[in-house]
Amino acid sequence: MTAMRITLNGRDREVAPGATVAALLDGLGLAPSRLAVERNGRVVPKPDYPAVALAEGDVVEVVHFVGGG
Amino acid sequence: MLTIAGRIFPSRLFIGTGKYPSLEVARRALVASGAAMVTVAVRRVDLTQKGEGSILDVIEKAGVPILPNTAGCYTADEAVRTARLGREAGLSEFVKLEVIGDPKTLFPDNDGLLQATRILVQEGFVVLPYTNDDLVVAKRLRDAGAAAVMPLAAPIGSGLGIQNPVNLRLLLEEIQDLPIIVDAGVGTASDAAIVMEMGADGVLMNTGIAGAGDPEKMARAMRLAIESGRLAFEAGRIPKKLYATASSPVEGVVRSGA
Repeated sequence: MTAMRITLNGRDREVAPGATVAALLDGLGLAPSRLAVERNGRVVPKPDYPAVALAEGDVVEVVHFVGGG
Repeated sequence: MLTIAGRIFPSRLFIGTGKYPSLEVARRALVASGAAMVTVAVRRVDLTQKGEGSILDVIEKAGVPILPNTAGCYTADEAVRTARLGREAGLSEFVKLEVIGDPKTLFPDNDGLLQATRILVQEGFVVLPYTNDDLVVAKRLRDAGAAAVMPLAAPIGSGLGIQNPVNLRLLLEEIQDLPIIVDAGVGTASDAAIVMEMGADGVLMNTGIAGAGDPEKMARAMRLAIESGRLAFEAGRIPKKLYATASSPVEGVVRSGA
């Protein structure tokens, strides 16, 4: 199986076929507690991370809080 | 006590967490401010580098509720997306809604702000919109379901203090049923005190503290200014008069001659 291509935070990235959001975050070394994930314009609720599988061409945003006013 | 959407806040000061020289300075200022809530921005995780501690650690240790903002958003759509992400990351319904219309002044885009407010209110958000000091816009935001109105005193980060006291007074007089939190433009403690003396329900500031020579000390100054300004407002100031009125009895003064 060849890797899938997604857009992650505005950049191309390859992930394993069928990778879930949880697997993506794990691969990035990110703890899910303090961030939020958007897939193709829709927020993915935290409890769904292990269940939501990414697909070829997905546009994914992974965000967190930074200092701001 | 300040109440927003049924939630009671022990302080009337809201502070931002941007532009501090270090996390430690931010932590000290946060503690010294006794802030009701602290704003944070929602941004892409930088995947090229590992973070060492975050502002969220500092805020969580201080035990202050977070208020995610939609800073940097120029359309209602961007702001709504950002608010949704902020809610998911922070598990709070509160959002400081910004829809900016101009990069140089950072003045709000009224149309976008109203549109985003309506959408987010429908989705159950407690919307605190950053707006200009325009009474008509404020009324529309109220009608759209905003939980408070947050007019600017001067441009964001300018430190100019209240530039349009008349507009602010009109807003405070005409909108009695929603908290008015003055957001942006406060430069020093007296600016905050004046805003509170005018009857504002709270003040939100970032640069005024973070950019001060000693942010921790300025945070305390702001806390005290807001408390004293509020007390003065509640106490009711004396009317201004042109001529002097003696404070001591005019009878019984020892005089020479008579």
